[in-house]
Amino acid sequence: MSEKKLNQAKDETLSRRQLIVRRFFRNKSAVFGLGTLLFITALAVLGPYLTPWTWDLSKENGLDFNAFIDSPYGGGLTAPSFDDGHYFGTSQVGGDVFAQTIRGLQKSLLIGLLVAVFSTSIAAIVGATAGYLMGRTDKGLMWLVDLLLVLPSFLILAILSRWYQSSGWLLLVVLLAAFNWMITARIVRSVSMSLRERDFIRAARYMGVPTRKIISKHLIPNMASLLIIDGTLNVGGAILSETGLSYLGFGVRAPDVSLGSLIAEGTASALTYPWLFMFSGGLLILTVLAISLIGDGLRDAFDPGSKSGRKS
Amino acid sequence: MGFIAKRFANFLLLVIIATTAGYLLAASALNPRENFLGRNPPVPENTINSILTQVNMNDQDPVLQRYGTWVGGVVKGDLGKTIFSESVNEEFKNRIWVSFRLLILGSILGAVFGVLIGVISAVRQYKFFDRTFGYSSYIILSTPVFLIAILLKFFAVFINEKLGFTLFYTVGLNTPEISGFELFVNSLQHMILPTLSLTLGGIAFYSRWQRNSMLDVLGSDHLRTARAKGLTKRQALFKHGLRVAVLPMATFFAYSFGLLIAGAAFTESIFGWYGMGEWFIRAVNTNDINSVSAIVLFTAILVLFAGFLADVLTAALDPRVRIR
Amino acid sequence: MKKTLVLQIKSLSVTFPSESGTVNAVRNVSLDIFPGEVLGVVGESGSGKSVLSLSTIGLLPNSARVSGEILLDGKNLLQLSDQEMSKHRGRDIAMVFQDPLSALNPVQTIGHQIAEALLIHQEISYDDALKRAGELLDEMRIPRPFERVKSYPHEFSGGMRQRVMIALAIANAPKIILADEPSTALDVTVQAQVLELLKRASQLTGAAVVLVTHDMGVVAGLADRIAIMYAGKIVEEGPIEKVFENPAMPYTIGLIRSIPRVDESEKRRLVSIAGSPPSPVALPPGCAFAPRCPAYTEICDSKVPDLEAFEGDRSVACLRKDEIAGLVSAGRLYPTEVTKGHVKSTSDVKLLEVSNLSKSFPLLKGNVFRRRVGSVYAVDKISFTLEQGKCLAIVGESGCGKTTTLLEVMNLVAPENGRIVVFGKNVSELSKSERLAIRKDLQIVFQDPFASLDPRLPIGEAIMEPMEVFSVSKSEQLTRMQELLELVGLNPAHANRFPSEFSGGQRQRIVIARALALNPKILILDEPVSALDVSVRAGVLNLLAELQEKLGISYLFVSHDLAVVQHVADYVAVMYLGSIVESGAVAQVFNSPHHPYTKALLSAVPIPDPKVEKSRERIILEGELPSPINPPSGCRFHNRCFVTKARSETDQAKCASERPELRIVEGAEVSCHFPLLK
Repeated sequence: MSEKKLNQAKDETLSRRQLIVRRFFRNKSAVFGLGTLLFITALAVLGPYLTPWTWDLSKENGLDFNAFIDSPYGGGLTAPSFDDGHYFGTSQVGGDVFAQTIRGLQKSLLIGLLVAVFSTSIAAIVGATAGYLMGRTDKGLMWLVDLLLVLPSFLILAILSRWYQSSGWLLLVVLLAAFNWMITARIVRSVSMSLRERDFIRAARYMGVPTRKIISKHLIPNMASLLIIDGTLNVGGAILSETGLSYLGFGVRAPDVSLGSLIAEGTASALTYPWLFMFSGGLLILTVLAISLIGDGLRDAFDPGSKSGRKS
Repeated sequence: MGFIAKRFANFLLLVIIATTAGYLLAASALNPRENFLGRNPPVPENTINSILTQVNMNDQDPVLQRYGTWVGGVVKGDLGKTIFSESVNEEFKNRIWVSFRLLILGSILGAVFGVLIGVISAVRQYKFFDRTFGYSSYIILSTPVFLIAILLKFFAVFINEKLGFTLFYTVGLNTPEISGFELFVNSLQHMILPTLSLTLGGIAFYSRWQRNSMLDVLGSDHLRTARAKGLTKRQALFKHGLRVAVLPMATFFAYSFGLLIAGAAFTESIFGWYGMGEWFIRAVNTNDINSVSAIVLFTAILVLFAGFLADVLTAALDPRVRIR
Repeated sequence: MKKTLVLQIKSLSVTFPSESGTVNAVRNVSLDIFPGEVLGVVGESGSGKSVLSLSTIGLLPNSARVSGEILLDGKNLLQLSDQEMSKHRGRDIAMVFQDPLSALNPVQTIGHQIAEALLIHQEISYDDALKRAGELLDEMRIPRPFERVKSYPHEFSGGMRQRVMIALAIANAPKIILADEPSTALDVTVQAQVLELLKRASQLTGAAVVLVTHDMGVVAGLADRIAIMYAGKIVEEGPIEKVFENPAMPYTIGLIRSIPRVDESEKRRLVSIAGSPPSPVALPPGCAFAPRCPAYTEICDSKVPDLEAFEGDRSVACLRKDEIAGLVSAGRLYPTEVTKGHVKSTSDVKLLEVSNLSKSFPLLKGNVFRRRVGSVYAVDKISFTLEQGKCLAIVGESGCGKTTTLLEVMNLVAPENGRIVVFGKNVSELSKSERLAIRKDLQIVFQDPFASLDPRLPIGEAIMEPMEVFSVSKSEQLTRMQELLELVGLNPAHANRFPSEFSGGQRQRIVIARALALNPKILILDEPVSALDVSVRAGVLNLLAELQEKLGISYLFVSHDLAVVQHVADYVAVMYLGSIVESGAVAQVFNSPHHPYTKALLSAVPIPDPKVEKSRERIILEGELPSPINPPSGCRFHNRCFVTKARSETDQAKCASERPELRIVEGAEVSCHFPLLK
């Protein structure tokens, strides 16, 4: 293919993408969401460099002993102030709330992102396979989906918390993903089933194109928008699940922190010392809000006709 | 009739599988022996074993054998003993109504107000009402239940302070040692916040779906026919759009019920209600396998029942389904 | 024109904002509607005909910008509020929509929905309204009307629902009934019934009917007057006979001549209009038809032509309208290409032999545990052969099994019953590699060109896809792809464009190019033109004919459109409820049908010629197509057959109990106890 032609092809892919980008950026709440998320991500990445304190209480900079001396509240509690470098104040034991919140934010974002990637991938594979092959494969896989939907996932995760709390947070990611893919898989399946009957896929089948190639070359690319949207919204859902578990002590556990465990710690004395949970709570709401605004904005941009939203 | 019987058989199968999975996972993940370790003075090994065997939680017995014993009891209506050697059935009876009060009120209020707000939002699309509730529901859906509950608690304390007397109670079911009308009012005062914390999410959830579903119907051909007959836009929407648009909500009702049960666990523990959710958290923390399994059983039945109810509701509203 | 008008549209323009610019849906349209007349508004998709009817009844979406006037009894409807306008909707102006499946409320009874229409505008009790609803259903010839008022829409077939829609429309005896493609979604025999009822509705109420359609045949039979729309404007308007006989606008001329006719006996190349309709976002500066017009000169770009009076009671929008007649008679507009005789290279070699093919689908019951309670025969013991270089067409209405037949052939696996032999090989005995080898010589073109191409694949790659399967070298693929694009009349330089940049007709050409990539011996064509606009159909049909002459391919052509079949096929097999009822050479079958169903089917096809259409006697079949789940006993057609009904009781009993075998009658194979003879 001549170079000119290749460039031309590139131009045209761009034009579709440009259209989506243009629609997305015309949507004010989506832009707000994107801006907010970028800010939050920047905060999570750069935060540790902004403070001399560290989240880890066992480290040298983990505890501020001056707080015990200066505290007007007794213990290690000081209110947020820029003078002593505790932007979000200090906790009962003299830990820096800012450093801990940033650590919790990192953890929650990372877990949310990984869970979304895992669960959306599982959903894409299971859904596309079931929807394209149909028959017995479909029946078996859908029965599994139904069963997992009936299982009280929250309870099961809480029961299993003993396992992942001892063997690290990655297992938590895997388990969260394992209970989070079913609804997307169902949607992917129904889209695959209708795509399967579309003439271009039937044509490919009758041309003798092998199944695996049909799924990878025609089926998945034509569901890309759906997967991107659902993947985005799944990040928000995963963060909510993780923080919920951590709040009850079934998720990320001390010494490590997540936004959920920070809120749990802070609520005990929330009324008198609001800074203990205010920032982690606010950041949590803002993060999930930003993600759902982006997800809905993406949906509108990809598919301007549809009004039906999904859970955010 | 055959249809209902089959439906019921499938229902039963799923409950059995869910409960079995729940029991086996709980029995292998939780370690009741832990409860007796590290005590001072140390509890003798033999005593631990005999206590554990008595409540059917001894990890030295094969898990399938323990499961068999447990199922044998469940079939006869006996859910076994808690780790503290008390009857699970008793605990169950004490707690179930506490949770039911919350769940039933929460789900009904959530659905009713959600649908109502969704409908009004759709009719007044892009107007003040729609925008206000639209943004509010976005924020509520982004806030975990436990944060909503905490914030409500904050708010209540603030109001109480301003008023100078206690309008909202934030702990427990009711103040002890009162009766009659006073008890009724007092219970209500206790109930508002927990119910609200559980309902807000539901309202936000349903209102968004209902609004979208309503807008989809608004663009449908049969609504255009209704208007071509001479109905105004609003008349057409209420006479023809509403019922069709409410249909999908039945499915969401089933789906959201599972979320509601999880939410109840937070609400109960934050507002000091001794219901099933609070029990569950306590049971996991005390390695109480039998209690945990009983709650899993309870939840599975509830979720499936909600699904069943949704089917019945759909069939009642939609003649296309009724035929089959 | 001293008659009073029921409705007057004055310089109506409608625009919509859109992503890519302002859509000029209707441009400066003026139209008078007289009491009791049937006015046909004809146009292709995007011509603005539906927007015109929606603006008349005031149901345009909110985003529409409307200017001009629509006068009903001197009142400008465009200035009324929704509330005021709703008093006219249903009472003065009623509407029948295209898609009867979604136009009724699925959760309310039919009776309730008709009664509601009455209650909105009349002071009557609900019971009376319900009774009247039953009467209206009766008027619309719905059997057992007073029971059926209690039915829900999903219990009715498409044709029945369209009758309900007409009943709804006439409920309040309106002055005007707007019918937007009322029969497009229906089968031919049902379409004939519905059109008949529309005529009846107009007679019952004295209402004027505005029939909006793309089908010249439909207007030819029904309309008194016709208005032709192109790119949002009326380009020609006048009494229907005059317009058909002596069209004045080049677009109309091309359109009328491009339509294949079922009553034509000799084959001709169709006139095809070059290009495709312009995008309503980017219209040409002058006359919108100029870029496609064979009579184009520079003046055509100078200004948008107005609709001006022409030959008394007609009007035409063409800057050269006075010269056109001369150009036509001089043969300078749309010269019909003379077919170079039949240079088709054909032989008796049988490429495809199907014998006694059956295919059933399980009939399932139950929701949780589905179980098989019986079988539905989609195809029941059919046989046909396809010879080299010939075109065999399978025709029939929806559900007759024609598509199932195709898919059975394409699947290349042992059929449930019977034998399929492709290129001399029995498909039941194929190895995997043999099957793949056959795929190379057996290609398919689907109905919908918008669905047949992966929207995310540049068209060049799409065309190369089959070659990739058979590991043709990359460079060969590229040369062949360019060759193919040229062969189907597209610019090879556009190979890197995406399908969305092409019009329907162009896409179908791309699909054909893809199917030809491996030089197949058989091309299976599944309704290849029925999704295309009228003016581009002819081009694709001509291309198919040309390809067959050049390449000597055999076609297995499936269609519901008898006129198209008559135009392209050599042999035809007519299917009804899973069996072939008649087959033979096209000329023979179409000129003297032997099976009553064939005759009825031919008679139901509207002919785009008002003289012929209005004078010919039509056979309108009663009832709907039976469901294959519950097929009639004996001869599948006996319950709708007009021949049976006229015969003695013993003969009727024979039709009802005995399934007729296929036998040769006057050179055609017919499955009928009492075939029609010449």
